Amino acid sequence: MTHAATVHSLWTTAAAAPDKIPSPHVEYGQLSPTLIVLGAAIVGVLVEAFIPRRQRYVAQLFVSVVALAAAFAAVIGLAAGGYGTSKARVAAMGAIAVDGPALFLQGTILLVALVAVFTFAERRLDPVVHGNRVDSFAAQAAAVPGGDAEKAAVKAGFTTTEVFPLVLFAVGGMLVFPSANDLLTLFVALEVFSLPLYILCALARRQRTLSQEAAVKYFLLGAFSSAFLLFGIALLYGYAGTVSYSGIADVVDGQVRNVTPALAGTMGNDALLLIGGAMVLMGLLFKIGAVPFHMWTPDVYQGAPTPVTGFMAAATKVAAFGALLRLLYVVLPGLRWDWRPVMWGVAIVTMLGGAIVAVTQTDVKRLLAYSSIAHAGFILAGVIATTPDGISSVLFYLAAYSFVTLGAFAVVTLVRDAGGEATHLSKWAGLGRRSPLVAAVFAVFLLAFAGIPLTSGFAGKFAVFKAAADGGAGPLVVIGVISSAIAAFFYIRVIVLMFFSEPRTDGPSVAVPSPLTSSAIAIGVAVTLVLGVAPQYFLDLASQAGVFVR
Amino acid sequence: MSFPLLTATALVPALGAVATAAVPAAQRAAAKWVALGFSLVTLALAAVVLVRFDPGGAHFQLTESHPWIKDFGVRYELGVDGIAVALIALTAVLIPFIILAGWHDADPLEGARPNRRWRPTQGFFALILMVEAMVVISFEATDVFLFYIFFEAMLIPMYFLIGGFGDRAGGRSEEETATQRSYAAVKFLLYNLAGGLIMLAAVVGLYAVTADQLGTGTFSLQEIVQARTGGHLDMATSTERLLFLGFFFAFAVKAPLWPLHTWLPNAMGESTAPVAVLITAVVDKVGTFAMLRFCLQLFPEASKWATPAILILALISIIYGALLAIGQRDIKRLIAYASISHFGFIILGIFAMTTQGQGGATLYMVNHGVSTAALMLVAGFLITRRGSRLIADYGGVQKVAPVLAGTFLIGGLATLSLPGLAPFISEFLVLVGTFSRYPVFGVIATVGIVLAALYVLILYQRTMTGPVKDEVRSMPDLRVRELVVVAPLIALLIFLGVYPKPLADIVNPAVDHTMSVVDKKDPKPDHPVTDAGWFSYSPKSEGASHGGAQHEGAHHNGAHHDGASGGAK
Repeated sequence: MTHAATVHSLWTTAAAAPDKIPSPHVEYGQLSPTLIVLGAAIVGVLVEAFIPRRQRYVAQLFVSVVALAAAFAAVIGLAAGGYGTSKARVAAMGAIAVDGPALFLQGTILLVALVAVFTFAERRLDPVVHGNRVDSFAAQAAAVPGGDAEKAAVKAGFTTTEVFPLVLFAVGGMLVFPSANDLLTLFVALEVFSLPLYILCALARRQRTLSQEAAVKYFLLGAFSSAFLLFGIALLYGYAGTVSYSGIADVVDGQVRNVTPALAGTMGNDALLLIGGAMVLMGLLFKIGAVPFHMWTPDVYQGAPTPVTGFMAAATKVAAFGALLRLLYVVLPGLRWDWRPVMWGVAIVTMLGGAIVAVTQTDVKRLLAYSSIAHAGFILAGVIATTPDGISSVLFYLAAYSFVTLGAFAVVTLVRDAGGEATHLSKWAGLGRRSPLVAAVFAVFLLAFAGIPLTSGFAGKFAVFKAAADGGAGPLVVIGVISSAIAAFFYIRVIVLMFFSEPRTDGPSVAVPSPLTSSAIAIGVAVTLVLGVAPQYFLDLASQAGVFVR
Repeated sequence: MSFPLLTATALVPALGAVATAAVPAAQRAAAKWVALGFSLVTLALAAVVLVRFDPGGAHFQLTESHPWIKDFGVRYELGVDGIAVALIALTAVLIPFIILAGWHDADPLEGARPNRRWRPTQGFFALILMVEAMVVISFEATDVFLFYIFFEAMLIPMYFLIGGFGDRAGGRSEEETATQRSYAAVKFLLYNLAGGLIMLAAVVGLYAVTADQLGTGTFSLQEIVQARTGGHLDMATSTERLLFLGFFFAFAVKAPLWPLHTWLPNAMGESTAPVAVLITAVVDKVGTFAMLRFCLQLFPEASKWATPAILILALISIIYGALLAIGQRDIKRLIAYASISHFGFIILGIFAMTTQGQGGATLYMVNHGVSTAALMLVAGFLITRRGSRLIADYGGVQKVAPVLAGTFLIGGLATLSLPGLAPFISEFLVLVGTFSRYPVFGVIATVGIVLAALYVLILYQRTMTGPVKDEVRSMPDLRVRELVVVAPLIALLIFLGVYPKPLADIVNPAVDHTMSVVDKKDPKPDHPVTDAGWFSYSPKSEGASHGGAQHEGAHHNGAHHDGASGGAK
């Protein structure tokens, strides 16, 4: 609070005509995770431009994996250097916060992305086309579905290796999103990770029109929510005269009395604060997929190539919840009594809505989409706690949830019939008889989603419910367990289908994946069980990381 | 550090499950022997627990305590009191018989295509051992959270046992059987999961309360009870009642208590006989056990508040279960409804809040386990022979298979609490305990005994006596394997019926302790008895210490006073 007012911000100087613009001082070391990933993304673009088509796949995979691993190492280095705790600070002229939650979330996103890249690179599942191994992505994205150009591209064995730099760009944006310390950085980060995701969604090799439809829906609704966010930012600027988080928080708390002359008409106007805050929240809740801003989730999850869905479901949620936490805990804590009732409502309808609608789903990917909505509701219950416990429980839940999601979607890519992935639930009947191992692994993920003890889902759920109960949100806990019970019904239904139904003669087969997908699934299972049985180390990590810098 | 005996008792069956599951597909017979071996090792360990347990010693013995999840205040805390020891022994005794009885239940069907990866036999026995491990550890856990985890996780292997290995003798088409079975499994899971999740809310609430009042949240039963008696922990009345209801709901679903019982007939009817025994004799006991250990000790005031309502529900269970049992046409469903009636007695005894009642309820848990196992397993053998569960399909079996009919009769007589067989003593104690505090309830509950005689004898008469039906004519008598299963159970029933003292000695001090936590004294008898009651169950004087060792000598005069018993029976 006290030292925060001294933090300089590039944009606050705009109102008073500056006589000179100071050259920005950037702490490259502290920003290294983001810089490594974005740099590698640019290298990836160069690879696309200059390396022969045949060698791009290996080169891209190598660049991505090395970059993500190096960035993760950088995060670990920063955390070990105390930047998560004692040396937490605001870097890059107040634009980026380097603190515990930021580093924890960045580490999670990088690990998730690393595992997701394995599923992106899988080339053994689809049947060989014209002697070429292919992945889940369109041969040539620009070719019209079903057209001659597409056939030619398939015949020539083209693959869209651009997905790797696109993922890296998205990851770069996601790394900045939860650590953004002013609203403009927040917005830029949002766009940086959203745009590659829109493109990735449109790249499915099979059912391309469905995939493109999903991308268009995602893009339109995403653009809409970006507009809300941006307008909210403008209103908040009008209210506070600054876009920096701590600056706005100070004005909200009434600590800043000197009014910027240019904004004398609007500064301190509570209507602007409330409307602006609500709009920024809307933009973030859209990315989280909370009811009533969830409409895009099922369509996009279903239409997007499954590896992309897994990545998006896991990493976007982590990044967006990070940003939401920082906004609510750093910018708007003074407004707690205004946003808490609203968020209560959102959390309740999200938990119940997601769980109830999921009951009627018949497609695995849509089912997982609605389940992700319900889970967003559970996480919101932890967000509402407004205690340090609340932050750490949300961090833990995000880490636990993202690996379960990744693993579950990776399993979905394995179950195939002639038309590609067999996502309709009726086709999963009797899977447990044909491939007990795959069905058992998927059952583990479903049980984790359902929050059965000894899985990470239970530890996470218990952590957020405990935080919520401590934070005075007892009724939310009750609604949480009720929607868990509803949600359990449809997870169990899938298990029944897999194990207790007779296999259909025309049922799908389970493709044997390469070590890439196998290891992604294995990591998912391992994290699920370890976080379920021995979560203490990670809870410690999360609670050490539970303090925001201002 | 001493040898972690309790952990080992739970770990051995878990390891056995892994080992059994790992047996290659072709070696089905080996998997069965592996499973049986591990269950016998568990039995040996349980016997060691029984021997090492000192009835006169501390309340919780053989304790182990390690930090587990510090952030949640969760410790890996194990400890057994007399009640837990008795139930662990019951579990360990029953599992080998269940495995033996189910020896061929999971064999692949004739002419089934061999599948290298689908190994139902291995899965069946691994799941049984898994359930045993989880049941044992939930009897041992003295940390509420630790208990909750296994209480909940137990559902998953049970669910697969019910849904995956149904009764093939339904007399229906394969498809119809599969539908019914999966319905039963889902119903079982949803009821119990809903109960468990409600309990989760209460568990979170308990943490919030302890964190609020003690500084650090804890789930340790001992700590909470101590803080409570020491006056550090004082729950608001409404909070305590809500938390109690959350816990009780889960246990009442598991037990099961009317009106939450409807999953049991489905689950027991559709599963194979050994799995049905596993459900009713082993898994459901966790529910009643937890009422005694957690509901009463954590929330004594709320327990007293809820007692009248719970007693009424228990009475309804007794009468309703017995009436429906009379009306059943399906042997296994009949036994299921009989169990519901018996669980009514157990819950009645627990909440009568007298030493006889609670001691009787604990003995009841053990005896009901043994007697139902005997009856149900013989019924299972019978059903496998004829291929039908309908009572009407049988007749005159005693002329064809006298040993089978005889063992079935003994199991049935134990179920109706014939004096001389184990359940009689426990039922009698429950009734006496209830009568001394709530005479009206005690009187109404005796109706249950009359009805029990009715449904057991009708069942026997219709299936075993009368003219021999054609389909039954070539029915073979019990085989050696089946005799090995049934004979020891019957011997146990007779032994515990004639000489229950060892079991009672183990259970009594724990019951006294629970009573002292709930702060209930036995009511003064209207007609004072000069001597100790039936084998040392006498109203204890106030201020009895938990150990109870000093009382033992005084009460063991072995005098069998028949005056009261004749009246109640």
